[in-house]
Amino acid sequence: GCFVFKPSVKKRKLSQRTAHDSRNGNDDSEGTELRFFTCQSLWNQIKLETEKVQEDLNKQLLDNLVNFLSRSHSEFQEKTNEWTCRMKFREIPTAPLVLGVNVTDHEMTFRSLSDLLQNNITPYVALLEAKDCPGIKNLMQKLMGQLMNCYIDVDSMEDEDYVQVSQKRIRCSMSSLIKWYKNVTEKTDSETPSQKRTSSSTYWQSPPVVVVFKDMESFTTKVLQDFIVISSQHIHELPLVLIFGIATSPMIIHRLLPHSVSSLLCIELFQSLSCKEHLSTIIDKLLLSDQFPFKLGAKVLQVLINIFLYHDFSVQNFIKGFQLCIVEHFYSQPLSVLCCQQVDFKKRVNSLSHDQCESIRRLPSFRRYVEKQESEKQIALLTTDNFLKEETQKLLEDLHVYHDNYVSVLRCLHVFTSSLPKYPLGKQIRDLHCACLENPVWETEEYESSLQLARMLNKSDLVSMVQQCVEILLSSSGKEFDKTVEKLKEFLTQFQNLEEAFQERDVSLSSQKELQKKTDLYHLQKTLLELKESRRSKKLTKFEMLRFEVVDYIDSLVRKYLVPAEHRTLHEILYFNTASVLREHLNAAPRTALHTALNNPHWYLKNQALKCDGGSISNKAPDICIVYKLHLECGRLINLVDWLEAFSTVVMAAEEPNADTASSDQVDDIIHARFIRAVSELELLGFIKPSKQKTDHVARLTWGGC
Amino acid sequence: MPNLDHPAYPAAALLQLESLVPCRESQVSMLLSIFGERQHFSFPSIFIYGHTSSGKTYVMQTLLNTLQLPHVFVNCVEYFTSRLLLEEILIQLQSGSSATEQTSHVHCDTFNDFVRLFKQAVVSRELQDQTLYIVLDRAEQLREMEANILPAFLRLQELTDSNVTVVLLSEIVWELFRPNIGCFDPLTLYFPDYSIGHLQKILSRNHPPEYTADFYAAYINILLGVFYMVCRDLKELRHLAALNFSKYCEPVVRGEANERDTRKLWKNIEPHLKKAMQTVYLREISSSQWERLQQDDGEPGQLKGLSAHTHMELPYYSKFLLIAAYLASYNPVRTDKRFFLKHHGKIRKTNFMKKHEKTSNHLLGPKPFPLDRLLAILYSIVDNRVAPTANIFSQITSLVTLQLLSMVGQNDHLEGPRYKCTVSLDFIRAIAR
Repeated sequence: GCFVFKPSVKKRKLSQRTAHDSRNGNDDSEGTELRFFTCQSLWNQIKLETEKVQEDLNKQLLDNLVNFLSRSHSEFQEKTNEWTCRMKFREIPTAPLVLGVNVTDHEMTFRSLSDLLQNNITPYVALLEAKDCPGIKNLMQKLMGQLMNCYIDVDSMEDEDYVQVSQKRIRCSMSSLIKWYKNVTEKTDSETPSQKRTSSSTYWQSPPVVVVFKDMESFTTKVLQDFIVISSQHIHELPLVLIFGIATSPMIIHRLLPHSVSSLLCIELFQSLSCKEHLSTIIDKLLLSDQFPFKLGAKVLQVLINIFLYHDFSVQNFIKGFQLCIVEHFYSQPLSVLCCQQVDFKKRVNSLSHDQCESIRRLPSFRRYVEKQESEKQIALLTTDNFLKEETQKLLEDLHVYHDNYVSVLRCLHVFTSSLPKYPLGKQIRDLHCACLENPVWETEEYESSLQLARMLNKSDLVSMVQQCVEILLSSSGKEFDKTVEKLKEFLTQFQNLEEAFQERDVSLSSQKELQKKTDLYHLQKTLLELKESRRSKKLTKFEMLRFEVVDYIDSLVRKYLVPAEHRTLHEILYFNTASVLREHLNAAPRTALHTALNNPHWYLKNQALKCDGGSISNKAPDICIVYKLHLECGRLINLVDWLEAFSTVVMAAEEPNADTASSDQVDDIIHARFIRAVSELELLGFIKPSKQKTDHVARLTWGGC
Repeated sequence: MPNLDHPAYPAAALLQLESLVPCRESQVSMLLSIFGERQHFSFPSIFIYGHTSSGKTYVMQTLLNTLQLPHVFVNCVEYFTSRLLLEEILIQLQSGSSATEQTSHVHCDTFNDFVRLFKQAVVSRELQDQTLYIVLDRAEQLREMEANILPAFLRLQELTDSNVTVVLLSEIVWELFRPNIGCFDPLTLYFPDYSIGHLQKILSRNHPPEYTADFYAAYINILLGVFYMVCRDLKELRHLAALNFSKYCEPVVRGEANERDTRKLWKNIEPHLKKAMQTVYLREISSSQWERLQQDDGEPGQLKGLSAHTHMELPYYSKFLLIAAYLASYNPVRTDKRFFLKHHGKIRKTNFMKKHEKTSNHLLGPKPFPLDRLLAILYSIVDNRVAPTANIFSQITSLVTLQLLSMVGQNDHLEGPRYKCTVSLDFIRAIAR
């Protein structure tokens, strides 16, 4: 409902991109075009990157599957004469693939799976969906159609006509499938030497036929059972392998198939990566990298993550949301021209027009910056375009550097917080990222408590964390970290020295060693008590001093580098932070939108005449709105006559109280017609329906209706 | 034990037949006496029923093949429409006539066509003076085809006016087949289950070449001791026997025991078989995984079975939706006010009643509930405010496609849809944690 009034941004953008753009304020078509191209190239880069990441993530699973397929097949061929093999029942190799409840992501996995299979193992892959297979007949039709088409792909084009003709009158039964399979394998066998195709020569002699059931849950029991029973009878002639795509849990196999059928299968389970880990990797590669100039603000990121965690678990939707952010940012922010790689933006800053400079000056973060400068510089910034451009360049560069440093320090901080008990700052780095982006993290209580906890870490953990931090900082591209790394290394050597010192001093050390050696409870308690006493008596050991120093140093790093992005000048150019737009588009509330549209038409129509106050019903509103408002006041059953009466009163109200119309009870024919049209529109929208309980009454269907 | 004896067939063939169908001699001799000699007209239709793997299909196949009687063998599950079934019968008939001639494609849409083409085929194969047998395996599928198929097959002899006998094989009794309108009652024949002695005898026949028959028979004895309680399926038992035999032989191969050392061997194999019963037999792990485990001598504990993966990750609101659906399905409507409203007034003293109700509700199964009630309960069990966004509604739909909820009565789309919760209490408990 709500989308009728708000066409999606993308569509609008693509169609009207070059046209005049009222929200820009200035109408230089070159700027918009440049923005459009920047946006597109950025998105293409990101798309490539995500595809690469997802491929890597699925690699393990797919490799296992391919292994399984090749193994199942080779066992068929090798030992046909052995006794065990003769005695054993030939089961159909089956791979249930547990993919998680994010059904929207499955499509991609299946696509890469079928690509991989077709490249490496077999050209005969059929993907079946439950909605195409209500009966066994449809399933066989679909299966044969897909298999025989792929046969065309492999073979030369000459046979195409022949196959297509024969396909029409081919009988959809297993025996014709087997006949086809024999034909095909024999043909490729005889042709392989002459064929130049490398792909067909990599297949085995008789490649397996893989049938993928994409959504196992939705298939009816009968179809599956019949198919499995039929194909198990012909497994000797047709090396079939089944793959079940499962969204819930593998128990569904036992629920769908009785034992007599499931005993025909040789089931080996495969599990894909959890979608949460998948998301973490995507966030890590997309948001916490310096590859892309475009960044998400805290609120926007929060919205996207919330949709993921609360609603759909779909990584695909998360990426779509990210894409929407990009499009919206480039569309609504004229200065997003500057949101490009560091190589380009100097040139772009120099070629800024006067209007664009003005809009830089209007940015709130820039104004704040100007106010802090000396008066001469203020004037220069506000009047001289060239000076402004230079300054902008510098600031943008600072912003990029800030982001790089931010990411490195964020990772360091995450090393510490992710090992604390109860995770006061969140377990995942995305939680930490959100917290740091939103406001100064060191002002929060959670940060305080996590520092407290960090001051109680034991030595081996602390040392390994510091080492991890050193590695992170060394691998980061920022140049500022040389000193930091040095400082951290110094800490490490101090720790080492401490250890050596400990070894020399054997008083406390021996007790510690004893502690490790002894298993006797009594002795253990005793030594523990002694240790406690000694600790209480000493003020602070050297180690504790050092630990405080390390934590304080980390704290200083955080305060220096983890400043929220919103505090930085010119952050509006790189950071997208209008969460409300995103929420409107991604988490739409159709009921609410419909109610708003009918109850308050001004909201969408933007007509001044429609602006009304409170509960009164304006007669200038569209008829359907009047009828809707009147119907809100009724109970479950609405009397049509009363409703018409009320409607005509409202409509007539504004017209001058003419003597004859007011006196006559007869309702105007036109008003009657308008009323009937509005009521049938409401019926179409599903608000009311004719009732059988009482004639000339309609029943309300929404919002309780008492 | 009755020896097979029939004047019409050569004694050698009968002897071979007898050796091939152990424990089914009486049924075979019964069938033979019904069939009579080659040129005799036999009973028009025979209905054979018996439990799974009681040898119906096998006996029929061996009988017809060994005695080289003309026959057509069709599985009704495989040819799932009447057209496919009839065409398949005709194709098999034709292909039997001359192997060199490529079978032309036959079109046969109605039974009338079938009778006509059938007559032609019989003439072309010169089978007029022999009984032709048409065996329909898994005949219960015939009931799902057109109404005329089953009665027509039963009277095929009469309709085609030729020497033909239709044999129906099924797992269910004839009473469940009988159509309403008067139809020809076939001769029914029952194949009883194999007894444990029969199983022992049949399974022991195929011993591996490396070992003696006695050794293998002892193994089968142990195997049956473990599995006979749960499984009498011959095929499955033979599969299990093949899977576990290598483990049984292990002590012999290693030289720790000789073939006569039954007790030692039993001690070795028995726990192993019990484990197999819990895993392979239930298809918790696949037989190839089981074999690999045997080779590696690993514990099956490392390999988790299918039912170990019951945990499911669900989005936050999906969890609450499912819990709300469960509550709506198993609680009566009148208790909603008491459970989910803050100011619900007095609780009447109906504790005894309530307890009684609760148990019975779980026994009765889920009840359907309208969408509005589901949402109302959702709003009251989630802590913070929930906006009725499109995402919430699409989650309900996706729960339906995942078969965690099911939709009830979807004829009227304007009326609020009604759902049922199909998951168990254990599942809800796991989610709610």
